[in-house]
Amino acid sequence: MTDTRTAASPAASPTPGGAAGSPRATPAPEEIADQAGAELAVRTKALTKRFRSGQVAVNGIDLQVPRGAVYGFLGPNGSGKTTTIRMLLGLIGPSSGQAWLLGRPMPAAGTDVLPRVGALIEGPAFHPWLSGRANLVRLDACDATAPPDRKGRIDEALERVGLGAAAHKKYRQYSLGMKQRLGLAAALLRPRELLVLDEPTNGLDPQGTREVRRLVGELAEAGTTVLVSSHLLAEIENVCTHVGIMSTGRLVLQGERTSLTSQSDRQLWVRTDAEHAAGAAQVLTTLGLTEVVTDGTELQALLGEISPADVTRALVTAGIPVLGLAERAPTLEDVFVRLTGEGFDVAR
Amino acid sequence: MSPAETATPTTAPRTGGGVRHLLGSELRLVFGRRRNVVLLLGLAAVPILLGVVIFITQDTVVGSQGPGFIGRVAGNGLFLVVAALFTCLPFLLPLTIGIVSGDAIAGEAATGTLRSLITVPVPRTRLLLVKAIVALCFAAAAVLTIAIVGLITGWVLFGISDLVLLSGDTITAGAGLFRVLGVAAYVAMSMSGLVMVGVLLSTLTETPVAAMAGTVTVAVVSAVLDSLPQLSAIHPGLLTHYWIDFAEFLRLEVDPAALAPGLLVQAAWVLLAGTIAWSRFTTADISS
Ligand SMILES: Nc1ncnc2c1ncn2[C@@H]1O[C@H](COP(=O)(O)OP(=O)(O)OP(=O)(O)O)[C@@H](O)[C@H]1O
Ligand SMILES: [Mg+2]
Repeated sequence: MTDTRTAASPAASPTPGGAAGSPRATPAPEEIADQAGAELAVRTKALTKRFRSGQVAVNGIDLQVPRGAVYGFLGPNGSGKTTTIRMLLGLIGPSSGQAWLLGRPMPAAGTDVLPRVGALIEGPAFHPWLSGRANLVRLDACDATAPPDRKGRIDEALERVGLGAAAHKKYRQYSLGMKQRLGLAAALLRPRELLVLDEPTNGLDPQGTREVRRLVGELAEAGTTVLVSSHLLAEIENVCTHVGIMSTGRLVLQGERTSLTSQSDRQLWVRTDAEHAAGAAQVLTTLGLTEVVTDGTELQALLGEISPADVTRALVTAGIPVLGLAERAPTLEDVFVRLTGEGFDVAR
Repeated sequence: MSPAETATPTTAPRTGGGVRHLLGSELRLVFGRRRNVVLLLGLAAVPILLGVVIFITQDTVVGSQGPGFIGRVAGNGLFLVVAALFTCLPFLLPLTIGIVSGDAIAGEAATGTLRSLITVPVPRTRLLLVKAIVALCFAAAAVLTIAIVGLITGWVLFGISDLVLLSGDTITAGAGLFRVLGVAAYVAMSMSGLVMVGVLLSTLTETPVAAMAGTVTVAVVSAVLDSLPQLSAIHPGLLTHYWIDFAEFLRLEVDPAALAPGLLVQAAWVLLAGTIAWSRFTTADISS
């Protein structure tokens, strides 16, 4: 990255990234790194955490979360996501490196900037003997700058996560999913510019997971930047505009989601009948597709630079009944595995 | 590394309001918690039990020969307050205080709510200050509970009459009441050092029970050390050394100079434990 300005003086750069970015009409994804700190909701520079045990849980990462993005912060168990988030929010001090939230340095500006940041860190945490609602009242009462109408805001937050009916139940009696929802409600107690959600779908049923995805989409549409972490790639892949992938403390990949997955690894999927499967495989191989795999009546292959239209034409010409044909972008998991050579679920 | 807040000019004006907000919320949390209410009820039972036992045995030789203040209760209900405080002083009060002050930070760490509070955000110094104030309030409430229940029980069972002081002089019941309240105030004050030790221990661990047990242990060990004549050199600095000085209120003239050492030692412990707690808590990693 070439940007060496600190975000401590965001006002000093009224045209952020202008000089660096102007020659190109549409900035490439790596241009994110050249935008000024003020344009980024979250930014870190060589952020590192070495625990007392000697383990380097986060190793010199440069996060770049543009404002308005839904940033999927992904990585296998133990890759350092939660540790990074804890440093961003000022819960633990970095061993070296710096972090900025909404253009302000952390943890120094925490008192000013954190009211604008909603957070759910490593699962929900509340007092078990209080009701869900009483827990929210308590948190809001601790917020010295909370807007007026506490009751209305709390009710709205509870409704938003679908907890309206269970608001007066003791937290101890909540199911895992209800606890998770309450954690989300706490992050939504007041309007936020940035939401930091660590594993928000943990413990939710498929319905709940879908609701969280919808909620994240809604919030993003309203202009909130969302940093959402997960060890389940597929779960949040589709709601993200940007992605950062951690592996053993390093940020191995970062950028716009579409640009990360749309390039070389395009896959083709074909369905024909059992009789013609072998013939179809022959045609694909002849055309130059690689890694052709036949599974009953279905075939998969890497498309490379070949257009699906050409494949269709070739198949039809060869007299093979094409019952289905689709191009599939590689998943993030494919990209991750290619980059690291590891399965996604390895932990340290 | 200092993940603590730094007081920026923009936040300074609302700090007062922030403390007040937080204080109300914390007081409600601590005094509304069933466990803590049960602790207070347990303390309230002491003067009642003590009074009833003395009432039943007062005509017997045993009853009137009790040690110190207990022997005087049957003659004057006011003394039940003193006797009950005296009974709770060595263990029950430290236990109650240990449970609540040891829970102050460690309890939040254990439930994970500490990270929510810090990201609300509640500045760490403010949080520690409020937690300490609330723990002190609870200690005062514990002593007050014993005193009030003792007063009522003593009045009902034995009546309240003119108070015969330790010197043998007699003062009016009204003046006696003030003396007894003075005793309670002094005992409450004597607890402040231990409260702060509890708060300190609760910043050092994420296991509330450890901080609670540690606090009680500190009180017990201090009392043991205080009982060893070989260690008389360190006695004046011990947390518990001047606890018994509440008796000063039962002399003919209350000499402020005689109360001063106890107050000074408590202040010193509060300052010492508070400073260590602050320097630890404002820089610690919160990884619970
Ligand atoms: N307080 C701590 N002291 C020592 N090591 C720690 C501490 N907290 C985390 N670690 C280590 O740091 C590494 C990263 O942990 P972290 O919780 O950040 O992972 P994660 O990416 O959030 O994983 P998950 O998907 O399981 O939540 C792990 O190897 C963990 O053992
Ligand atoms: Mg985690």
